[in-house]
Amino acid sequence: MSGLDKLDFREKALARLVTPEIEQLVASIPKPVGSFGYDAWGYNEARFKVALGFAKLLYDRYFRVTTYGLEHVPAQGRALIIGNHSGQLPMDGVLVAVAMATSPHGPRLARAMIERFFPTVPWLGNFLNAIGAVIGDPVNCVKMLELEEAIIVFPEGVRGSGKPYRKRYQLQRFGNGFMHLAMSTQTPIVPVGIVGCEETMPALANLAPVAKLLGIPYLPVVPSLLPLPARVHLRFGEPMRFAPARNEAEVTQRVEQVKERVKALIDEGLHQRTSIYR
Amino acid sequence: MSAGNKRRTVLVTGAGGALAKRVLQRLRDRYELVAVDFRRKVDTEPGIHSYLVELHKRGFEDVFAAHAIDAVIHIGRIFTHEKNRDQRYNANVLGTKRLLDLSRKYGVRQVMIHSTYFVYGASPYNPALLDEETPLKASEVTQDLVDSVELESLANIYLWKHPDLHITILRPCNLLGPGVRNSMSILLARPLVPVLIGFSPMMQFLHVEDMADAMVLAFERNQPGIYNVAPEDYVPYQQAVIECGCRRLPIPSIPPALPKGISSALNWNAFFPPYLINYFKYPVILDGRLFRETFGWKPRRNLNDIFSYYRKQKLNARPV
Repeated sequence: MSGLDKLDFREKALARLVTPEIEQLVASIPKPVGSFGYDAWGYNEARFKVALGFAKLLYDRYFRVTTYGLEHVPAQGRALIIGNHSGQLPMDGVLVAVAMATSPHGPRLARAMIERFFPTVPWLGNFLNAIGAVIGDPVNCVKMLELEEAIIVFPEGVRGSGKPYRKRYQLQRFGNGFMHLAMSTQTPIVPVGIVGCEETMPALANLAPVAKLLGIPYLPVVPSLLPLPARVHLRFGEPMRFAPARNEAEVTQRVEQVKERVKALIDEGLHQRTSIYR
Repeated sequence: MSAGNKRRTVLVTGAGGALAKRVLQRLRDRYELVAVDFRRKVDTEPGIHSYLVELHKRGFEDVFAAHAIDAVIHIGRIFTHEKNRDQRYNANVLGTKRLLDLSRKYGVRQVMIHSTYFVYGASPYNPALLDEETPLKASEVTQDLVDSVELESLANIYLWKHPDLHITILRPCNLLGPGVRNSMSILLARPLVPVLIGFSPMMQFLHVEDMADAMVLAFERNQPGIYNVAPEDYVPYQQAVIECGCRRLPIPSIPPALPKGISSALNWNAFFPPYLINYFKYPVILDGRLFRETFGWKPRRNLNDIFSYYRKQKLNARPV
């Protein structure tokens, strides 16, 4: 294959992913970038478009996502999107991000928080930054919220994503960090209940000792290494606003309120779901 | 300025460097200037006193004795690629201590210190937009940057202990432009530039003319404190390399000892030294908001203006 042919092939492949629709969506996202299309964290418009194009195919054709309540995600201004975490791989984060980026009520760039070991992995670290993900550091969150960005947080963390299939749709302990962020930066919390991701990668067990040896959070025993094509239902709830709390007990109480709201959204989704994979 | 109003005398260190030269030029009309450098006696414009002196040596006091110095702009620094670690420590840390002690003794009322973003340290755990309160972790990265961090903590002690010195510490991002001889500028002037495979950290760049403007502005406004000086524009290292017209030389990035070994073996000390490898791997992005808002400053040259100098340099050097 000559150099020009290669270039042509690349262009064609890109054109299939970055459709005019994607171009238009990304252009209307309220997200300032510098003269080379980057922001301070390494987000890059050009690479985001390609990733969004690919993820949109998964969203539409593979997971056949249905979304409710997208109007509750503010079209601009700071927001914390708080959801349940499941399915071993962070497919839930990807799908919520696609839902927000393609929202008919005003597309938003959703920033995802990633584990601290990712920046040390060649290519992957830069790639994740380019599509909008950053390490889950409170300083990053505060700076982004001050710049009126929207951040997805899964307060269960690996407790949620790494749990075995028998615990599906049982919310694990929520960390309090997101509530402190919301209160200190006066950011509305948009709860989201995610149904279907549990079935994309049902884990029978977790090989914790091996995971520890490898330095990764968990290592599940799964029937398939690729996510299974479960239908995914995303249900966004009305924004919740919180004034500063007097003490940590009060913070925990508020976290419980959010957790209950997420639980209710999940239950609505489960109730409405008629089939898992078909 | 009216004839009866005595002009203030300003001592500028590192006078031979690209930044100090530009600062001297900007201050020339309004101040009496004394220029010192440890490398050579700098040829200055008529009316500017020039001395060859090492800050930590005895002769330095004579400069203070000879001129009634009102303010000091301390730019002079031995770069990490010049001399060894001990010599750097003596010149940069002990030299600065001496400068500050002499400033107290001779009643200097304002000191501005030119620091570096290196003090924050490059780490995979760095959030972006570091503000001035972020802990300085450079000495965790390497012993070779201890002098930069020590210089800052020393200046900090004097800043709080002796408010009458009116100390301002500036921490700029990468400075580039004609005549700049720091490692980044030497690196980007080369035709073939090492990059770490799989890593391209975000970086900030500032034109040396804009930094000179920033220094003069902060000097004249005299608002003591610590400030990051950086633009609100960001570019990954490898793209900056390409924009500067360099070809990339990919070198293995893991295990971390490998690129360090390659750098030492090939003696890349001047532009890609083993102890700065982490800065080509992980980002140190500054939040320059405090400086911009305090002094109403904005850089006038964008990234493309900065890179085009290095691009053109290479075009001119190409044989016809």
